[in-house]
Amino acid sequence: MIIICFLFIYFVTLRVNPLIPMHELSIALGIVKIAEDETAKAKAKKVTKIELEIGVLAGVEIDSLNFVWSSAVQDTVLENAEKEILIIEGKGKCIDCNTEFEMDNIYDCCPECGSNFKGILKGKELRVKAIEVI
Amino acid sequence: MCGTCGCGSESKGPTILKPGEKEHEHSHNEHTHEHSHDGHHHHHDGHSHTHDHSHDHNHKVLKIEQDILQNNQVLAARNRGYFEAKKIFALNLVSSPGSGKTSILERTLADLKAEIPFYVIEGDQQTMNDANRIDALNIPVVQINTGKGCHLESDMVYNAVKKLEIKDNSILMIENVGNLVCPSMFDLGESKRVVIISTTEGEDKPIKYPDMFYTSNICIINKIDLLPYVNINVQKLKDYALKVNPNLQFFEVSATTGEGMEAWYNWLKDQSKILEAKA
Repeated sequence: MIIICFLFIYFVTLRVNPLIPMHELSIALGIVKIAEDETAKAKAKKVTKIELEIGVLAGVEIDSLNFVWSSAVQDTVLENAEKEILIIEGKGKCIDCNTEFEMDNIYDCCPECGSNFKGILKGKELRVKAIEVI
Repeated sequence: MCGTCGCGSESKGPTILKPGEKEHEHSHNEHTHEHSHDGHHHHHDGHSHTHDHSHDHNHKVLKIEQDILQNNQVLAARNRGYFEAKKIFALNLVSSPGSGKTSILERTLADLKAEIPFYVIEGDQQTMNDANRIDALNIPVVQINTGKGCHLESDMVYNAVKKLEIKDNSILMIENVGNLVCPSMFDLGESKRVVIISTTEGEDKPIKYPDMFYTSNICIINKIDLLPYVNINVQKLKDYALKVNPNLQFFEVSATTGEGMEAWYNWLKDQSKILEAKA
């Protein structure tokens, strides 16, 4: 029993934690790259504000992005930049009955006819909209 | 800090090696600075706050409108073009750890290697273990170790493909890092994405991790030999998966007993024939 407990603790603390998904860091580093490139192009020194557009169906957790942000932007042009995130709501269009409907999850079905076949009109955005530089 | 994952500071970029090859360090991303978790995370939560726009004359607003994953997508498109030109059918195999990706791959390669030329790219955080398993079957293989990274990206595949020197009219199997979340966002340039789920996992996994099922074309349900011992309703699993992605095509297999593998093999053979016909 004790061995099983130890194994359980081992797996929970040591094995599972390093696998906590953190693609938000890749996203943050992608944002840093874009900001670095654009700042250099504009011959500016640093970014004072960055505007992002993130759709609710984009697969990015805003909290996770906020969590990794400070370490991702350290020693970059974004270090002291204000970050503004514009959340874009999800919208789908049913392929079977053409109803347009709001989507919170990627698996939401048509509220009119129940079909799973739909096109996603909005909500997959993952964009740097603008930066303010000095 | 590593280019692909937030944890740890001793990490390095991904390594790309053939079995038996000596390791050399190679940085995938120049932003590999270290950091310490000092607890001072400044969360600029921009959801709903307002603030003054006091533009002084030095400030300049640049309209960017650029997709954050653009770099990955550009190289994925480059990979895809290369695969199409050389008639390489490339599959991106994704699943949680332990669903049997490598076992399915081993069995498939062993059974079909006389008929179809295969090449393999293995993705794991650490070890050459999977590449060594494939190498034992005399299949050309390259191992990508992502370090702390939780998924493969298109530039890693681009570099691995260069090492493989793939011949025309072949199948490339890319086994992604075992993770049902992060790899879904990163196109590698594959022809089809194959998500693998085993009967020992919950039937509601498709709606718990919808992005992966949404972006996949094929769903392989593995370990069906265990069905008498596990509490899973396969039909319910399929219904959930179809709710996320009604275009998914299913194969029910056991990589251990070989049950159901024939249908999967036939599909693979058909795909490579279709590719060949596209002269």
